This record gives sequence, C-alpha cells and structure tokens, in this order.
Amino acid sequence: MSTAAPHPASFRAPHDPYALGGGRGGHGNDGGHHGEATGHGAGGPASKRIVVGYGFWIYLLSDIVLFSAFFAAYAVLAGETAGGPSGAEIFDRGRLAIETGCLLLSSYTCGLGSIAAARRHGRSTQLWLAATGVLGLVFLGIEVQEFAALAAEGAGPQRSAFLSAFFALVGLHGLHVGIGLLWLATMMAQIATRGFRPEVERRLLCFNLFWHALDIVWVGVFSIVYLLGNLG
Amino acid sequence: MMLGKLDWSAIPFDQPIPLVAAGAIGVGMLGVLAWITRAGHWPYLWREWITSVDHKRIGIMYTMLALLMLIRGFVDAIMMRTQQSMATGGAQGYLPPEHYDQIFSAHGTIMIFFGAMPFVIGLMNFVIPLQLGVRDVAFPTLNSVSFWLTAAGALLVNVSLVVGEFARTGWLPYAPLSETTYSPGVGVDYYLWAIQISGVGTLMSGVNLVTTILKMRAPGMSYLRMPMFCWTSLGSNMLIVAAFPILTATLAMLTLDRYMGFHFFTNDAGGNMMMFVNLIWAWGHPEVYILILPAFGIFSEVFSTFSGKPLFGYRSMVAATLFIVVVSFLVWLHHFFTMGAGADVNAAFGIATSVIAVGTGVKIYNWLFTMYGGRVRFPTPMLWSLAFMVTFVIGGMTGVLLAVPPADFMLHNSMFLVAHFHNVIVGGVVFGAFAGYTYWFPKAFGFQLDETWGRIAFWPSVIGFVLTFGALYVVGLDGMTRRLQHTEVDEWVPWLHVALGGVGFMMLGVAAQVVQLVVSIRHRDRLRDATGDPWDGRSLEWSTASPPPFFNFAVLPDVHGEEVYWGIKQKAIEAQRLGPEPRYEPIHMPRNSATGFVTAFFATLIGFALIWHIWWLAALGFVGAYATFAVFAWRKEEEYEVPASVVAEADRARRAARHAWLETQRDREVPA
Repeated sequence: MSTAAPHPASFRAPHDPYALGGGRGGHGNDGGHHGEATGHGAGGPASKRIVVGYGFWIYLLSDIVLFSAFFAAYAVLAGETAGGPSGAEIFDRGRLAIETGCLLLSSYTCGLGSIAAARRHGRSTQLWLAATGVLGLVFLGIEVQEFAALAAEGAGPQRSAFLSAFFALVGLHGLHVGIGLLWLATMMAQIATRGFRPEVERRLLCFNLFWHALDIVWVGVFSIVYLLGNLG
Repeated sequence: MMLGKLDWSAIPFDQPIPLVAAGAIGVGMLGVLAWITRAGHWPYLWREWITSVDHKRIGIMYTMLALLMLIRGFVDAIMMRTQQSMATGGAQGYLPPEHYDQIFSAHGTIMIFFGAMPFVIGLMNFVIPLQLGVRDVAFPTLNSVSFWLTAAGALLVNVSLVVGEFARTGWLPYAPLSETTYSPGVGVDYYLWAIQISGVGTLMSGVNLVTTILKMRAPGMSYLRMPMFCWTSLGSNMLIVAAFPILTATLAMLTLDRYMGFHFFTNDAGGNMMMFVNLIWAWGHPEVYILILPAFGIFSEVFSTFSGKPLFGYRSMVAATLFIVVVSFLVWLHHFFTMGAGADVNAAFGIATSVIAVGTGVKIYNWLFTMYGGRVRFPTPMLWSLAFMVTFVIGGMTGVLLAVPPADFMLHNSMFLVAHFHNVIVGGVVFGAFAGYTYWFPKAFGFQLDETWGRIAFWPSVIGFVLTFGALYVVGLDGMTRRLQHTEVDEWVPWLHVALGGVGFMMLGVAAQVVQLVVSIRHRDRLRDATGDPWDGRSLEWSTASPPPFFNFAVLPDVHGEEVYWGIKQKAIEAQRLGPEPRYEPIHMPRNSATGFVTAFFATLIGFALIWHIWWLAALGFVGAYATFAVFAWRKEEEYEVPASVVAEADRARRAARHAWLETQRDREVPA
C-alpha cells in the first residue's frame, strides 16, 4: 500500500457539509475546478464534482419514484392470483438468500473499489470492480433462472395480475442491475484506457451511488415481495 | 417478417384528410430542407444549433418546436369545432367517428406534451441561467439530449398521421379501452413510445434544472434573492422529478399488457383498470402545476417590471409556490370522484382541491398589489398577463365548483369540464407562455417584437378564447358530454356555432402572431435593443447584452440584496457612471456535441421499430444509442477556453452601449 495523498474530500469537511468534495467556481467561474463553494449561495456556482454528484442524487430520487409506482402496483395486485399460484407457493427462500447475499456483498466490493480509486490504485480498483461485476452477474443469473423456472411451470406473468406485478417489479430491478453491469464494464474500460481523470472519477462516484441505490431497492423488494409473500 | 406489422395497408389511402395534411407537411418540410441545402446553411445549422449545448440556443429550439406543435394542435381544434357544429340534428359532419376520436386524442396529446411542455421548458432553459447570473445549466450536453428526445417524440406522433393511425383513446389512454382487446391497432403504441421517449427527455430536463437552480448561482445569490421565475421553475422541475417517473411507470405497465400479455389493467386475470386511472392522475395532476408554475413566474416578472415596483409579497409568493408543489400531489382523485371511493375519500380530496386554490389566490392578490400604486405600462406582455388574471379567476372558480363531489357527479366528463381546463390551461399556461415569449424575445434575438401586431394578435385571441369556452361552459351545464362526434340536441346548436365563431377569432390571433414575427424580423433594425434592457427590467438577464454573448456574463455578477440588477442600475444612474471595468479572465465553456441529435435519431428508430414490431431494428437502435454514449464518454476535451481578449471585447461593447444609455438618463428622476 502506498501512502499517496488520500482523497481531497476528506480534508475539506468544514466547507463541505455533504462531503462531496471541494471546488469553487464550477465551469467558467474561475476557469478552474478547485474552489471552495458548495453552491448554497454565498460562494457562487459549486464545483463540477458537487454538481455532478448532486444531479445524480436527484436522478436517483426520480428512479426511486419509478420503483415506488411499481411497488404500489404490486401492493394493489398482490392478492389477485386469479386461481394461479400465490407468492408463498412459488418463492424459493434458499435461492433468495444466495441472491441477496451476492447483491449485498457486491455493494461492499463496490465500496472497496471506490476507496481504491480514491487512492488511485488502478489495479485494485479494477479488481474490486470486477468482483462487483461477477457478484452482480451471479445475482442476475439466479433471477433469470427463477423467472425461466416460473414461466416453465405455467406461473409466468401472463398467468395472473399478481404474477404480472411480481415479474414487472423484480424485473425492473433486474433491468437496472443489467444496465448497471453494462455501465460497470464501460467504466472499467474507461479507467483502463483513460486513467483517473476528473471526469472518470466523477462517473465512478455516480456508479457507486447507483449501485448502492439498487441495493436499497432490493431491500424493499426482499421485504415487501418475498418476506411478506412467504407470510401470506 | 423483416418489417414486422408494417406494410402498405398502414398508409391511409382511403382517407383524404390525413393524406392531404401529411402531404402538405411533407412538401413543406422538403421545401425547407431544399432551401437550407441550396442556401448552404447546413454547416451553420449543424455547428450553431443542432450540436449546440448553449442553454439559450436549446431554449429557443424548444420554443420553436412548441410554436409549431401549438399550430398543429390548433388545426385539430379547428376540425373538432367545425365537426361538432356541422354534425347536429341527424347530420354526420365530415369526420367519421374513428377519425374524430384520433383527432381529439392527438389534439390533447400534442397540446400538452409537445406544445405546452416544450414552451415552458424552453423558456425556463433560456431564462434560468441568465437570471441566476451563471453561464449555462448544470449539464449542457444532457440538455441537448433532452431537447432532441422531445423532438423525437413529436416526430413519432406526426408520423402516425400517415403511417398507421393515432390512438383513439383520448389524451390519457384509459385502460381497458387502450388494451389490445379493444385497441388492437398501432395507435396506442404510437402514443406510448412517443410519450416514453419525450418523457425521458423531460425527466432529464427536470434533473438538470433542479441541479442548476440549487447548485449554480452567482456569488451572493442566496435562495431568497432569486427572481420569482427561478422559484416557480424550481417548483415545476421538482414536480417533474417527482411525477414524471410515475407516468413512465404507468405507461410501461400498459406497454407490458399490450406487448407481453401482462394483466395490470385488463378486465380478466385480476387486472385492475382503476389502478391505471389512479396512477396516471398521480402524475397528471402534478403535471398541470408543472405547466402553470413557470407561467406564474412569468406573470410575476411581468407585473413587477411593468409596474416599476418590486414584486409584492415575495416571501409569501415563495411559500405559496412550495405549498402548491406539495398539495398538488394530494388532489389526484378529483379527476374521478365518480370511481366510487366513498363519501369520506371524496370529501378529503374535494377539500384538498379547494385548499390548493388558496395558494393561487395568494398569488393573484400579490400581483394586484404589485400593480397597486405602481407606474403601470401596458405593452403586449402586460396585456397577456392582465387577460390571464381576469380569465384565470373564472377558471379557478369553476375548478373549485368541480371540486365539490356532488357537483362533479353531474359535471364529470361534460363540456363544462372541457371548458374549465381550457380556461385554466389556455388562459394560464398559453397566455403565460405568450407573455414570456414577447417579454424575453428581445433578450433572445436583440430586437423587440412589433407592438402593433402584438396588440392585433392579442385582442382576437382573447375574444375568441372567451367566446369558445364561454359557449362550452353553457352547453356543458346544459348536459352535453365531451368527445361527441355528432349530437341530436337542438338547444346546443347555437352555442356550438358560437364556439366555432370563437375559434375563428383565435385563428385571426394566430395569423397575427405569425405576421408579427415576420414583420418584426423585417424591421429588426428599427426594433433593435441596443442596451440589453428594453423594458427597464429588474433581474440579471437584463444586465447583459441582447442577445447575450454565448458565455452570458463576462464576469459573474456579485449579488448584494434582492433585485440585484435594479440596484446596480439605480446606483449607476445616481453616480452617472458605470462601475469600474472588471479584470477579464479566460472562460471555460462546454464544447458542442452531436450526442443529443444522434441519440434522438436512434431513439426515433427504436420507437418506430417497437411500434411496428420490427425487433431487429429496435435492437440496432439500442446498440447505436450505446455506441453514441460510449463515443461521448471517451471524448478527450469537454471544454474549451475563451481567451480574455474575446471576453473583454464583447464586454467593452456592452459597456459602451450602457454608457450611451446612461447619458440619456441624466434627467431621469431616481425613485427613492
């Protein structure tokens, strides 16, 4: 381990209540991106790092609203089995445990990746990102397998409104994981070809936020779909 | 099949009206393209507009799209009014039911999604960074993507005119009518993909502008120093972020029902059609505030500027705006009191609906008091604002009437309802957009719009508006329901003729607006705005030149107190000189990017392919979109440097014009 400079953000806490990194000016204020302003008013436009991180948070909030609409639809339709199987009959707890374990662990490896990136360790960053990707792939593989098995048993989304809502909600999360994996692969290629340029670091920050948000959504899916479904 | 469901039967050879209309549009577009090619304007257009990431250019393109689509939607309106006044007492008119249904569906869809939305988003895009005293929005390239995705959606809707058909399900495709059982054609699919694609653009725009307003303001511009338009835009964009995902989700569910046999909203297998109505209005009601809040901001700027006074009750205006933002999510059920949720639920939503009118009432009084005691001038923007105030109060009161559930049971889906929402959306959003258009036009182009033609456009528009929707209120109270292709009640006939006459007046208004634009462009030298401050404005956009340099401000303004530009101006008049010349430094500006245009190209391909089930083309579109994203991600330079000398030259010219203006202000009395 080298003792290279830690991430500058960690030293700027007093000026930066959200710990998103330092920087006055934003684009065009002083021609640079290394000032102190947070964008709250007094100091002028915030730095790019703050602007990008903040904007991505706003996007994530909108994504949470998207999920909440599917959660709401699931809550309305959960009992509408139309003579088909209910949640308790089709959910496999063993598979669920592996799936959940993989995803939660992938958040941890993703976090390790961001620490490595902050220390500008190219190889360990790539290693942790690759681990994140493999865990995500395993998660997605199990989910696809679950969907295929259900469809083969005649418990596909066309069977009942409950199954429609289940496939759509869990599938939407899976779609996000899939897009996340594509992004992850692109990100790794970027780090490999471009190194830790500021814009690459900002994108990595956003990817981290995205990946952790998917974990949070999964906790909701796990509790509301699988746990409550098993009770019913 | 290589082309999915697409074959020659998709072209409506047996229906002359859409064919002729599409032919005319096609010939017109080809003519414009040919003229551009002959005149050699492509390099200029590509460099300065299509790939531009400048918020001002993007705002102008949004507004141009909106104006075109407003005319397109207005043509639908003319057809509906003529059909209804012809098809009475046994006559069938000239539009068969399946065509009439497409027309009212297209009218609503186009007016809301591609007329009103791009208009307010265009104005917000243009104005917000200028008012905040910064050089661009938070994400300039994303802004371009947003615009081009909106344009792609508009294109798809218009393609449906000649390739296939449009939805017959109204502007919100209520299930189960919109399910494949009852709507097997591609009409609903056109609707779904057009709205999904443009909806992504709108959501990105909302994220962009919220971030801009919250994180990118000139030094010293704290929240309570922002102009009111920035506040109402913040409210509007927060609503976009919170509400548009619900629209995306709802339409995605309907798409799954239609494409993959899911059962979200079907009659069978446990589907719940009322869930569609609930979800769509959980977006739909905030949507009306997304449209009206920026208009409220425009009126605030206009009343304050042309009364020569600061906005009355600034803080109460901020509070009222945020109140509306929150409560707009608590009233959706009033769109379907007749669902049968029970007296308690209906009462709760009825009360919430009445309460939200209080926020708007606060604003109305604040505008009145802003004018009170002021030195009020009446140029065109002010006329639109005053017409808004008078007509909107009536629209608001009929809204409160509809908020009473027993009354709503009588008036649900009647022409009274149609009259109500046109009263508030035309009188509020469209008049607001026109006020904003005439108010900021000189800022955008460096010359004012012709005042005489502005007045000639204004009066017939307002007269026609009152006649049309006044008459529709009456037939609504008389029992006429909406969306009727023909009627058999003699008492309604005279009123339907009055409504048609009103549309005639509005046509005069539209024609006069077109003439105004042409006349103003021809006389632009006479109408030139030399100082950058043609209206004696109060906020920062008037402190820079007209049109502003691409970097907006040579030096970011330092904000002290509210109405910063008014303060600077008064100080300059008092001292009879400008502030000292600042030290000019190089500026970094974002590079142009074709990402938006190329992404929208692939999005259009994807949408068209999915509508017609051409799966390979859809896959190709997704690959292309990803490749576009990767090319953007790997570009080497994000920004370029504008040398200090260029900045200095532009700003010295501005200062010289200001200096000349200051000379004329020697004898002007300075308000205390």
